[in-house]
Amino acid sequence: MGFRYEFRLSGSGGQGLILAGKILAEAAAIYDDKNATQSQSYGPEARGGSSRSEVIVSDEEIDYPKAVNINLLLCFTQEACDKYYKDIQENGILLVDSNYVTNVPEGEFKVYSLPITEIAEKEAGKTLVANIVALGIITELTGIVSKEAVESAILSRVPKGTEELNLKAFNAGFDRAKTLK
Amino acid sequence: MQKINRQDAKLMTGNEACAEAAIVAGMRFFAGYPITPSSEIAEVLSRRLPQEKGVFIQMEDELASMAAIIAASLTGVKSMTATSGPGFSLMQENIGYASMAEVPCVIVSVQRGGPSTGLPTLPSQADVMQSRWGTHGDHPIIVVTPSTVRETFDWTIKAFNFAERFRVPVVVLLDEIIAHITEKIIFPKEEEIKIIERKRTKETPETYLPYKYTDSDIPLFADFGSGYRYNVTGLSHDETGFPTNDPKKIDNLYRRLNQKIERYKNEIIEFKTEFLEDAEICVVAYGSSARSTYRAIRQTREAGIKVGIFQIFTIWPFPYEELAKVSHHIKKFIVPEMNLGQIAHEVSCATRCDVIKVNRVDGGLITPDEILERIKHVSV
Repeated sequence: MGFRYEFRLSGSGGQGLILAGKILAEAAAIYDDKNATQSQSYGPEARGGSSRSEVIVSDEEIDYPKAVNINLLLCFTQEACDKYYKDIQENGILLVDSNYVTNVPEGEFKVYSLPITEIAEKEAGKTLVANIVALGIITELTGIVSKEAVESAILSRVPKGTEELNLKAFNAGFDRAKTLK
Repeated sequence: MQKINRQDAKLMTGNEACAEAAIVAGMRFFAGYPITPSSEIAEVLSRRLPQEKGVFIQMEDELASMAAIIAASLTGVKSMTATSGPGFSLMQENIGYASMAEVPCVIVSVQRGGPSTGLPTLPSQADVMQSRWGTHGDHPIIVVTPSTVRETFDWTIKAFNFAERFRVPVVVLLDEIIAHITEKIIFPKEEEIKIIERKRTKETPETYLPYKYTDSDIPLFADFGSGYRYNVTGLSHDETGFPTNDPKKIDNLYRRLNQKIERYKNEIIEFKTEFLEDAEICVVAYGSSARSTYRAIRQTREAGIKVGIFQIFTIWPFPYEELAKVSHHIKKFIVPEMNLGQIAHEVSCATRCDVIKVNRVDGGLITPDEILERIKHVSV
C-alpha cells in the first residue's frame, strides 16, 4: 500500500483545530497536489467539550478517513494528551502546548513541548491564532506539506482582514520549529 | 460566498458538495430547518440560492419544510430540504403525501444516532429503514447512499433526476462522516452531467387530467399556477385527482404507484464491486462503512484472503437480484453498519446465505480492523 501520513489535532472546542485541519488538508490536496481528507469529532457544545480534527495525507485514494496509527499528535489540553498519546505510532511525533499540557507522557515517540499559546500572544499579538502557530510548527517538523502550500491554504481559508495576522502566526511557529531540529 | 469554479479541483465537505450539486441539478427552492449534522447544506444554500435567483426559506419546523417543498415543486420548481433523524421523523407524514400525490422532491437526511434527539454530532446509519418505511402505507420511494464527497455530488444530481423522472420523493441518505469530511473533489465535466426534467402535458387546461394513465405509469405534469386547475390530495384518487372509493380505481392507483419504481428498478439500481470475481467472502457495505470496508479488504487481499466488496449506491430499491447473482461462489457475507443490522436482513433475504453482522452504535465509525478481524475469523 502507498504512502499514508496521519495527523490528529486535539484539544477543546473553540481552539480552531477543525480550521487548522482544513488548512492542512487544503495545503496537501490542492496546493501540493496530493490526496488529503480532514474529518472531525466534537461534542454538541459550541465551545468547550473535547474536539479532535484528523488529517490524512496520501499519494493514493483515501478510503478510511480516520487516524488509527498516528504520525503526528498535537494536544492543546492535558485531557486530550492523556487520551490519545497511546495511538501515536513508533517514531511518531507528539507536539504539546506546554501552556496547557504539563504532564507529558513518555513513549516510543519524539516529544516537542512548546508554549504555543504564549508564542501566539508574543509574536502575533493574539492567543486566538495559537492554532496557526501550531500549523507552522507542524509544517516545519514533519515536512509533509510545503510551506508555500500552507501559506496559500491559510490565505484561502481564514476570515478576510486577518490574513496578515495569520501569516505572522504561521511564520512564528515555523521559525520556532527550525530551532528545534 | 463565491460561485464555485468547477474547472478546478476543490477541497470541500459532503454537505457543501450536496448543496452545490442541487444547484447544478436545477434546484431553485429550499425550505428547511437547520439541524446537525446537516446544517451546512442550509447555510450554503441560504447564500447560493439568491445568487441563482432561487428561493431559500428557513421554516418554523420540519413539517412545514416538507409541506413547502411539495407546494413549490407543484409549481414546477425543483425543490429540496435537508435534515437529520429527528427532523426526518417529522417529515414522514408529508413524504407520504409527496409519494401519494406524485410530487417530485429531494430530501437529504444526514443520519445521526437515534431514536429521538440521540447523538447530534456523531455518525450513524440508523435511518436506513426509516428512509424506506418511515411513512405509512405501501409507497414508492428511492434512497441513495453515497460514500465520498464526489459521490455525494453525483448522487445528489441523480436524486433530482430520479425525482423528476418518476415523480417520487427521493432521499439522499448521508451520514456525519460523509457530510463533514473535507476532501478533494474533481468535478465531472459539464458534458458528463445529465439533467432530467419532469415530462409535462401537451393537453390544454380544459382536457388535462392530472393522473391520467400513461404507458410509462408516470402521469404527465402541469405546473400549478400556469392555468391548469386540478385537485391534489393525500386521499386515494382517480385520474381527475379527486378522491374515489371505487375499489377498481383504488387498486389501480396503489399498484401503479409502486409499479412505477418496480418496473424501472434495473435503470435505478447501482452498485460497485471490487475483488469479487474470485472472492469467497463478500462484504456488503454502503455510506461511510464502505470506506472502512475498502481499507479492510485491500489489507486482507495483501494477506492472500479472497474477499471482495459489494457497495450499494441505491439502497432502495434494494439490489436483491444483483446480490443473488454474485452469491453463488460466496461462502459468507459480512455486513458492517452503524446500526444494529438494518440491511443485514435484506442481504440475507437476497442471498439466502449466512450473514455476519458487524455493528456499531456508540457514535464511532466502524474501523477497518473490526471488519478485518471478522474476515479473518470466517476465512479460517
